[in-house]
Amino acid sequence: MGKRVGIVGVGQTHHASHRLDASGVEVIAEAVTRCLDDAQTTLDAVDAIIIGNMDHFENINYVDMWAVDGLGGCMKPVFKVTTGGTTGTTVGAAAYYSAASGMFDTVMAVGWEKNSESDTQAAIATCANPVLERDPFAGAIGPLATEYSMYMKAYGATEEDAAIVAARDRNNALNNPYAHNRMHVTVEDVMNSPMLSYPVKFLDMCPRSDGACAVIFAVEEKAKKMCDRPAWIHASVVRHDYTHFGDLEWQWMPTLERATLQAYKYAGITNPVKEFDVAELYQPCSTTGVKWLDSMWFCERGQGPKLIRSGATHMDGIIPINPSGGVVATNPIGATALIRVAEAAWQIMGRAGDRQIPNVKKALATGFGGCSWSDVFVLGADLP
Amino acid sequence: MADWKSEVEEVVFPGKICVPYSWTVGSTLSRWYVQLRDDGEIWANRCPSCGTVYVPPKIKCIKCYKDMNDWVKLPGTGTIETFTVVNKERPGLDPKKPPFVYAVIKMDGADTGMVHLIGGVEPEKVKVGMRVAPVLEKERDGHITDIKHFKPIA
Amino acid sequence: MERVAVIGVGQTKYETDKRETFHELVWEVANKALNDAGITVREIDNVVTISSDFWDGRTISTMAVSDTSGGYDKDITTVEGDGTFGVLYGMMRILSGSFGTTMVVAHHKGSESNMAGITNTSFDPLVERKLGLDAITSSALQARRYMTVSGGTEEQFALVSVKNHGNAMRNPFAQLPMDITVEDVMASEMLASPLKKLDCSPVSDGAAAVVLAAERSAKKMTTNKKRVWLNGVGHCTDAYRLGDRDLADTRALKKAAKKAYDMAGVTLDDIDVAEVYDAFSYMEPLWLEGLGFCEDGQGPEQIERGNFTLDSELPVNPSGGRLSANPVQVAGLAGVIECVLQCRGEAGRRQVRGAEVALAHGINGMCGQSHCVWILGK
Repeated sequence: MGKRVGIVGVGQTHHASHRLDASGVEVIAEAVTRCLDDAQTTLDAVDAIIIGNMDHFENINYVDMWAVDGLGGCMKPVFKVTTGGTTGTTVGAAAYYSAASGMFDTVMAVGWEKNSESDTQAAIATCANPVLERDPFAGAIGPLATEYSMYMKAYGATEEDAAIVAARDRNNALNNPYAHNRMHVTVEDVMNSPMLSYPVKFLDMCPRSDGACAVIFAVEEKAKKMCDRPAWIHASVVRHDYTHFGDLEWQWMPTLERATLQAYKYAGITNPVKEFDVAELYQPCSTTGVKWLDSMWFCERGQGPKLIRSGATHMDGIIPINPSGGVVATNPIGATALIRVAEAAWQIMGRAGDRQIPNVKKALATGFGGCSWSDVFVLGADLP
Repeated sequence: MADWKSEVEEVVFPGKICVPYSWTVGSTLSRWYVQLRDDGEIWANRCPSCGTVYVPPKIKCIKCYKDMNDWVKLPGTGTIETFTVVNKERPGLDPKKPPFVYAVIKMDGADTGMVHLIGGVEPEKVKVGMRVAPVLEKERDGHITDIKHFKPIA
Repeated sequence: MERVAVIGVGQTKYETDKRETFHELVWEVANKALNDAGITVREIDNVVTISSDFWDGRTISTMAVSDTSGGYDKDITTVEGDGTFGVLYGMMRILSGSFGTTMVVAHHKGSESNMAGITNTSFDPLVERKLGLDAITSSALQARRYMTVSGGTEEQFALVSVKNHGNAMRNPFAQLPMDITVEDVMASEMLASPLKKLDCSPVSDGAAAVVLAAERSAKKMTTNKKRVWLNGVGHCTDAYRLGDRDLADTRALKKAAKKAYDMAGVTLDDIDVAEVYDAFSYMEPLWLEGLGFCEDGQGPEQIERGNFTLDSELPVNPSGGRLSANPVQVAGLAGVIECVLQCRGEAGRRQVRGAEVALAHGINGMCGQSHCVWILGK
């Protein structure tokens, strides 16, 4: 059977809208260098590297080959995995399985994106089937707005519920020196921000960022030597169900629910709100921070607004969500989901600085991508 | 296979992904391009640890993963390590009308080679081992094509 | 370490211009692989697709094939690159203990895309891309460098094309079965010297799939005859810029091959048949050096001696190789499948008698920057 694996080091860039000082390869090198420093190790200790991003965001083919100077990947095993918004967790999962397989003792996962270098929405639109869907229905904001308006009608959720999430995450980002958007925001500010696509407003929506993230996964015997408190992987699960947009279930997130429940099963979680000490969730829009909670069994179906309004998900609540500021504060897409895993790991390792939740034993991290791609990681302070 | 398939008029949608791109050049290559553009010089950088000299310059040594802070000016001359005469047209890609020559040029004073065009000579006369020097454009905009091509020298 | 077996394989016939969409091609091969294994899609617990947003003209290219690959509502992921790397990830997912059976499926429709334009985007937009390099022109630089270092000739390279197109005449899946001579290759259109049209692989459409299973489930699901074991694998990446490498130096392949041989516990003498990545004729002898079958610089001469023909000690590319069909992401996976068929004794008129240990090889990037080497066995 496979080996137990822990995260022993994490590095990320200071994310920004335009990193004019650094090329893509330089951004990658920055994250890798910081990750090696965090793990107090050198590249010699890295046996293999996995990288991912989204091709059409920078227009670079064979990114795994192009990036070797920044990765330190020359004469090492390197390959590329990619999905969509989930690319970061896809990279993390590939690094995890590579180590757990026994093929490699230490594996570095690297996600990156320079969204400033292209028209992100134009690139995302090309994910849709070119014969049926690309012209009428594509991009990120429209589908997210559509699903929340259906949820509002079905369960009586409001625009303000989403605004509470947006304000929560954006204010949390003030504690995160790496976050892209760091500003004090009130619920009123969110409500008064320009409408992008009803009911989604400007401050509800994630930005596009430049940045990179690197995470080192190590097998048990190595992890224990490299780190005094590794973040152990208890579960890594993916579900995806897209065929065409019209086939999708819009009032809840079936893939997230199925992935989450499978992960809970692997990790022995029965009451997620009580058992998790923190969650770093890929919520690209504050509306999803309301709507998707029931699919993770954080509450009964349709009860997301109640949980949000109770304050349970704020920094001092029973299940703090997105102490880092989450995706609405920072979104270098190919890195975004890996940052969720990295932040969750830092919370367990006790290295989360001003955003540290005290004594984190179990953490949940998710990845989301178009369309209806759901990735779930459960991390723990104790061996699985 | 059902019969109707042989009767179908097969439809194909032409498509093109039109996304604008800009690429941040970054500190290392920006410095290199500005030196080329403003001073007409080709520089390289050297690994502080193993001494390898790279042109185009590196952000990190590919052997040691060390930051590269030592810059050295190259004479610009070099030797053709390998070349190809491109005969077949590739619309939209060709930097000039075929036949023309690409080469890897091992640069004097550096440990690496540069890929560029060879000009000022009949393509069939290009040989491995030929000594070459860069021919710069008069109007330069800070791109690899500021070097028009490398031409043979005695 | 637990072992992983290939229990089912499926591939399309490779063609110049298929009418099916790649969505449909994946459906065809996924079903063929399941039928070959004698299992249903229910018994597949995870899927690795191999696709490229560039060649598919589609961001998140997995989405285009997630249903026909059998990945609907499953743990599905995508490796971008050659199929051999997809098999690697599929195997590691099983060895991790998280999965029991992996569907690995690759597709490619070269006819729907522009090979020169797409391979040009493999070059650094900050430096070489504007010069217009692509796969053929950069490989031409490598071919000439190899000739300089080894003393090999264009005629010797042409022999590879003659051999592999000839082998393809025995492979019903091959796109370009051809009975040609060295003279034909030498007289074919010069694209970028020293590479002529018949030194280069064609633009191809096609798909291929393999079903991998953990030892515990493989033995329950299939008969002994169907199972071929993934006994060793290694991968390694060299420097990016062409000028950073000696293009005739195969150090990354040497490292990958050593790892694969050590893991499988085999020596060169044990290997009965090899599928080597021959996107261009010169690559076969060059990679045979990296794999250790020839001394450095001896590849072209050994080709001339007829060492790697179907009736030789070590037949190389009995399928006809990439020269006879090169659906890019599929290419290395087609080699893996050929090895499976050879080890099973199901390779028809191209069967290498008594084949028990087979080698498959794939590359990523320009001029073989990254290599993946597989050892399969009965």
